[in-house]
This record gives sequence, C-alpha cells and structure tokens, in this order.
Amino acid sequence: MIEYRSVGKTFPGGSRAVENFDLTIASHTTTVFVGSSGCGKTTLLRMVNRMVEPTQGQVLIDGTDVATRNPVELRRSIGYVMQASGLLPHRTVLDNVGTVLRLLGVGRAETRRRSFEVMETVGLDPALAARYPHELSGGQQQRVGVARALVTDPNILLMDEPFGAVDPIVRDELQAELQRLQRDLDKTIVFVTHDIDEAFLLGDQVVILAKGGHRAQVGSPADILASPADDFVRSFVGLDKGGRELHLENRDGVQVVVDGQGRAAGVLKQA
Amino acid sequence: MTWLSNSGDLIWGHFVNHVWLALVPTVLGFLIALPIGWICHRAPAVRGVVLSIASVLYTIPSIAFILLLPAIIGTGFLDAANVVIALTVFAVAIMARFATDGFASVSTATLDAARASGFGKVGLALRVELPLAGPVLLAGLRVVSVSSVSLVSVGALAGVSNLGRLFTEGFQTENNVEILTGIVLVVALALTLDALLVLGGRLILPWAEGARSARVGAA
Repeated sequence: MIEYRSVGKTFPGGSRAVENFDLTIASHTTTVFVGSSGCGKTTLLRMVNRMVEPTQGQVLIDGTDVATRNPVELRRSIGYVMQASGLLPHRTVLDNVGTVLRLLGVGRAETRRRSFEVMETVGLDPALAARYPHELSGGQQQRVGVARALVTDPNILLMDEPFGAVDPIVRDELQAELQRLQRDLDKTIVFVTHDIDEAFLLGDQVVILAKGGHRAQVGSPADILASPADDFVRSFVGLDKGGRELHLENRDGVQVVVDGQGRAAGVLKQA
Repeated sequence: MTWLSNSGDLIWGHFVNHVWLALVPTVLGFLIALPIGWICHRAPAVRGVVLSIASVLYTIPSIAFILLLPAIIGTGFLDAANVVIALTVFAVAIMARFATDGFASVSTATLDAARASGFGKVGLALRVELPLAGPVLLAGLRVVSVSSVSLVSVGALAGVSNLGRLFTEGFQTENNVEILTGIVLVVALALTLDALLVLGGRLILPWAEGARSARVGAA
C-alpha cells in the first residue's frame, strides 16, 4: 500500500508543483495519475522512489515513510519505467535488463538467466539480447524498459508515460501487454499519463489532477463517468462534447450501441 | 644514404625515447584531466576558472616552458622530466576541455533513468557517465596524442634525446636525409598512435558509432 499524507512540493525558486495531496493506493491495483502537463503527476510519481523529495507531508510504503529509507536501496526495490525507455545506450539489451540485479550483487550467470526469463515474460525475442538499444524499435525499447523494471520482481512498478512516445498501434499492443502482465504478476502499479483513454483502460483507480497537484476527482473509471465531480472533470474526460455519450438504436430487435458521432460501437447484450 | 645505413641504432634510440616521451604525458594528462572535467561539468563556477587557466597554459610557447621548468621546479637542465612535465601540462590543458564536454554530452534523461534504477553516486560516475563520455574523451585523446608526438620534438632543443634530434642535427650538418628521416618517423608515429586509438575505441566503445548515427538519424 502506498499512502500520500498531506504531501506538498515547492521547487527551489518557489514554483509549487503539489499542495496538500492525500491519496491511498491499495496493493495489487493499478492507479493512474492523469492530467495535463504541469499538473504535478510526474512529481507525485517520483516521490515514491525519492527521485523527488516532498517539501511537506510524507509518502509511505506499507506504513514506512520512504524518507527514512536509503534512496539508492529504495530505488532498487521499485521498478521504474520512463517515457524514452531510459535505457543505457552503452549496454546491450540483456545487460540493460539485468542492470538492477547486478547493482544488487547478483552473480553474472544468475543475472543472465533471470534476464532472459523476464525478456520472455514481456514478449521480447531472445535474439535481441546482444543488440544495443539504438538498434531496436521504439516499441521494443519500451518492452526492454518494462523488462528491466520487472527483473527483480518488485512489488511496486512506477510508470511515467511509458507509452507516450510510440505510435498508436504499438501503444495499443503495449497497453494490452501491460494488462496481461498485470493479470499474471499482480503488482502495485502507479502509472502517469496525459491520455484519459489510457487512464480509463488501465486504471483500477484513476486520479484526475488539475494544476498544482489538486485532486479534481479520484475514483474508478465507471464512477468518474457516472458522476463527474465538476465541469473540469466533465470536460477532461470528454463528457461535455458528447464524445462519450452512447445511445441505443433498435435494428430488427437487436439493440445496437451508437456513439456521439452516430457510429455503431457494438451491440447490447441483455444480462 | 650511407648516413641512414650507419645510424640504425641512433635512430632506434631516438624513436624509443620519442614514443615514451609522448605516451607518458598523454596518459598522465588524460588521467589528470578526467576528474578535472568531471568537476568542471558539475560546477559552472569552477569551469570558467579552470578552462581559462587551461587556455592560458596552452598559449605558453612549449620551448620556453621546457627551458624554464628547471628554474621553477629544480629539475636538471637536460632532464627528460622537463619534457614530460611540460607536455603533461599541455595535455591536461587540452584534455580538460574535452573531458568537460564529454561529461556534458551525456544525456540527462539517461542519467535520470540510471539514478531511478538505483545507481549510487560512484556507480553512476564510473559505470554510466564515464563510458558515455567515452566518444568525446577519445576524440580528445586523439588530439592530445598527436600534439604530444609533435611537441616532443621541441624537447630536442633542450638536449633531450628523441626524433627531434634528427632535425636539429640534420640542420647543423646540412644532412637532408637525416631531417627527412625525422619527419617521416614523427608523422608515422603520430598516425600509428592515432590508428591504435581509433581501433581501441571500436573495441571499448562498440556501441558508439551506431548510437551516434542513430541519434543523427533521429534528428
């Protein structure tokens, strides 16, 4: 469980990224921070592994304030996937995947074995092991980034817009892959995105953030759609322009679901 | 041509001296400049001062420097150490700037990701920053090695045995073959060292060439 308790962050120079933020993230769930740029979502994410230190309040993992933990050890215990994959350009795919194991002092042979194993888990061809990151496609690099984060089998996975820089088709693939992984691995995932559709697709709990890390609304995707807290949320999730409004049309006794633009989205199954 | 066939030992002796007189300052200069560059990259205030001093040092005429050193540090007037020390100072002066640029060339996103993965300060410096600065460091090392090979010759004017002697003696005795031999060997040595550095770079930094063209391709 991850808890934010009255967390605030004022950067040197006085810009206030986050103010008085409270949130509880249950274990084995996916929580998505979603908001426009400058809403403090990445700042909040990076507080979990002390890449950013809050200037007020606390962040707790399973009841322990992370500020009391050694930052380097803390980071090794938490998986982190970032937007541009953040792979080390001078190391092969296999070495990149095994990075944290080597940092933890795991032997070469064991690191190799587990790295190949986790490459398979995330759907990477073992033939890519000896390549350098620049020899991979964007989607493959992102998979390596995920493999690196998972290699130690951490309880917590932090993902900072991990699919933001890949094309839409690959993004769909990676999102589906992440959902499959989460079904199998059952991690506590904190995910940052500016894409509300991605947030609704992946999040058990979605945190919509306004400027200054202000919680506009927190809830499941269905709750948020059913009762948006205010006009900001209504507009952010696309309820204001009719983009998410579906209605039923009867065709020969079958209820067809039609979206706001009049496109058939599917058929309604009676429960 | 008789001079050439009779002077094998003399030429070989000068050559061997030339090699180590050039190599020692190159290696020392590289090793000293690394931490200087690392600090300069981190502290802009230090960078301004240090790199200015480096530029000034490099403008000192090499012959003056070599001849003045005995007075400054008390070495013997004909001591090879004068050449080694002077060339090391020049090597540091050149290399410090390359090292600073090298560390600055490492992508901050990569460093951030490495830190987030759990690299400590030392691991980050030695296993991420240093290798990633490698291509720029290598470029600097190539400049320093060529410059050292050529500057060693100046030491001949201070009486230190090296290929430069072939120029000074050749001029005195109007022996064109000797002068030409000196020039050819100095150039050959510079080119050989450079080729070795390029080759060594390919072995130690196998990722660099592709990564560079990948970056250019992406831009």
